Amino acid sequence: MARVILKGNDAVVRGAILAGCRVYFGYPITPASEIAETAAYYMPLVGGVFLQAESEVAAINMVYGAAGAGARAMTASSGPGISLKMEGVSYIAGAELPCVIVSIGRGGPGLGNIAPEQGDYHQVVWGGGHGNYRNIVLAPNSVQEMADHGILAFALADRYRNPVFILTDGAIGQMMEPVEFPETVVTPPEKEWAVGVGAARRPNLISSILLDPDELEAHVAKLEEKYTRIVEQEVRAEAYELEDAELVVVAFGIVSRVARSAIEVLRKEGCKVGMLRPITLWPFPEPQLRELAAQERVQRFLTIEMSNGQMVRDVRLAVEGRKPVEFYGRTGGNIPTEVELIEQIRCQTEA
Amino acid sequence: MDVKFAKPKSFYEIYERKPGANKEGIHYCPGCGHGIIHKMIAEAVQDLEIQDRTVVISPVGCSVFAYYYFDTGNIQSAHGRAPAVGTGVKRTHPDSIVISYQGDGDLAAIGTAEIVHAANRGEQMTVIFVNNAIYGMTGGQMAPTTLEGQRTTTTPYGRKKENEGQPVRVAELIDALEAPVYVERTTLSDVKGRTRTRKAIRKALKYQSENRGFSLVEVLSSCPTGWGVTPVDANQWIREKMEAVFPVGLLRDRAADIEARPLEPRPFVRENLHQLLEIPEPGTGDAQAAAAQGAGEMQHVDERYRNPRIKVAGFGGQGILFLGLGIASTGMELGYQVSWLPSYGPEMRGGTANCSVRVSSDLIGSPIVAETDILVAFNKPSLAKFEPDVRAGGVVFYDSSLIDASPQRDDIEAVSVPATQLADELGNTKAANMVMFGAIAEKTGLFSLEEVRQHLGGYIKKKKLIPLNERAIERGATYVREGA
Repeated sequence: MARVILKGNDAVVRGAILAGCRVYFGYPITPASEIAETAAYYMPLVGGVFLQAESEVAAINMVYGAAGAGARAMTASSGPGISLKMEGVSYIAGAELPCVIVSIGRGGPGLGNIAPEQGDYHQVVWGGGHGNYRNIVLAPNSVQEMADHGILAFALADRYRNPVFILTDGAIGQMMEPVEFPETVVTPPEKEWAVGVGAARRPNLISSILLDPDELEAHVAKLEEKYTRIVEQEVRAEAYELEDAELVVVAFGIVSRVARSAIEVLRKEGCKVGMLRPITLWPFPEPQLRELAAQERVQRFLTIEMSNGQMVRDVRLAVEGRKPVEFYGRTGGNIPTEVELIEQIRCQTEA
Repeated sequence: MDVKFAKPKSFYEIYERKPGANKEGIHYCPGCGHGIIHKMIAEAVQDLEIQDRTVVISPVGCSVFAYYYFDTGNIQSAHGRAPAVGTGVKRTHPDSIVISYQGDGDLAAIGTAEIVHAANRGEQMTVIFVNNAIYGMTGGQMAPTTLEGQRTTTTPYGRKKENEGQPVRVAELIDALEAPVYVERTTLSDVKGRTRTRKAIRKALKYQSENRGFSLVEVLSSCPTGWGVTPVDANQWIREKMEAVFPVGLLRDRAADIEARPLEPRPFVRENLHQLLEIPEPGTGDAQAAAAQGAGEMQHVDERYRNPRIKVAGFGGQGILFLGLGIASTGMELGYQVSWLPSYGPEMRGGTANCSVRVSSDLIGSPIVAETDILVAFNKPSLAKFEPDVRAGGVVFYDSSLIDASPQRDDIEAVSVPATQLADELGNTKAANMVMFGAIAEKTGLFSLEEVRQHLGGYIKKKKLIPLNERAIERGATYVREGA
């Protein structure tokens, strides 16, 4: 099929609509606003709903209501806006509702700036809201993956009745690249558990309150059992030049592309370096990293992030101390250059 | 058996969701108003025959367990968010009946934004606002509606307006908005008030079933436990104290001005979805695929300009981002890997704009262009800012009709094109960017003029502008070729 050139923020919405999303609630924030704008433009054309909410908090709660009523519902934001949504995300996870939240990372903390950053890894991957829950987190590194993940995210959300984040950064959101969309048009599944209209829906209750400690513990255990299944079945990662790699770079999102270019150059110089790119940040590609750590030829790992070092902890947990795990990061919204990464990777190899 | 006082069918017969042995009694304290209000709602739902499409939203507060009782769809929501949750339900199922049941802390403190905006949108829902001037569930703290001087666990010396402000009059607040159809405040303190409350709840639900808009019924209700008084004294306190601050009565009923309207059907569209989304339809794309096959390693392009990293910069309004898009889009149609990244956000507000464009026969790493092979500058500040980033041997195109200086470095190639002047001569200043596109194509050979022309339709939406753009491209190319 022909390619079309689109912004990441645009492609994710068109993908979501192909996936049967017909409900969008959002609030403007740079660098995520085009997601709301694209939804505002297309939703009315496809029999869908777009509503600009009064706040991020209201938007995520509208998503809670729509998801509880059986819709494939979506919202998006960036940094400070994602922080505000976290209360709602915890309720959505607790009530086991499927929905998709796009997080377009910007510089933090506080108001920070609007340049691309990955400092929201902690709040999105490790929870952000209160209580015992996990988000499924996809990490696209191209506009094509923004479109693909817009579709995949809804499939995963419905399969597990769980919130799914698409976590990326301002560069992927703002940049344009050629995209190819699939032919498939999805009609969302009927959800028997949802509230709505008709006698069959009347007995349904959407709730996350369980006053009795034993009942809540049983519920948390049920969630854990679900999370275990997700860990077993949904890990996604891309291996690049890992067959004989002695140094393994771990990077996701925009910086994984710069790292790939750097590795390409270093390979030509004979440096045995490769990369593991997590596509799901949760579940994290632990099995792949564990296996690499067990290989005798692998001498060390280098995690490269546009943050103060957040994913590196997950890498260390996976490597379990078998090999050194180094970190190189930029903050402030700076994307490292290829030349910079070539220096960093080489320096690590010789160390 | 006397069925006159039978429990309404929209209550469960047995409250199975309620923990403990007593599945027939309610969890509310003796003398509490919630049970009475629940019953009025349940009766109205039954009589209006809307039970199968009603969704009750339980808030946070003592009525968090409203779902124990209502044999309807139920959603429990976060503190204050019921109107937002209700919006999500209603927009998904416009034929549902949404009841947002909220207390004073929930609605008038933590959920102030949600209630005001749901009301302002005229969201098709019914809000039952139970005002008992206290936080019951958390053990008797101050509510936004707590009266001046009233003692609570967080106003142990009595509420003072200097410290906590004065009680919020919610019905009046909502009545200040344009959209709501019906707003009334009632009381449970006496028989007359209860009759009035019963009618108000029925009216609000009836209006929703007729799609007339947003209604709010504020009910003054007692909390003997929280207030530390007997149920009888509690009713007296409502009459004497609360009703003095919160006057009972109809604030608005605009139903007569609003026609009962049928629901507009909102079908799930899946036919022609690709067309509606303006993305290529299944079965297209052979030309691009063929181009991709032939694109190869860009061998036909002079080595200096192969796989270029391009920066386009100038003032906002000069078509900077558009020229970048044109280059990227043409590259895509020819089967190359391309990326386009704008400067975005406040950076754009200062009047300068720039974008990074890459056209490559290989996968593109960073879309950000730092070291630049081709710089295209449309104003002096842009030339000054980005000239140092041009790699030795790179090329700078600059609009010499707007920039009265030439590039300073002697290790780069400078191509002066009076793009704005040439565009003016063609009759449209805005075509300066495309004059420059023609110059770039001619100079670098990255694309042939024919290829640039052929793919204009891919990114120029207004087809009538294509002839002008073709002339502009031709003019820029001629200028570079002939030096005039």
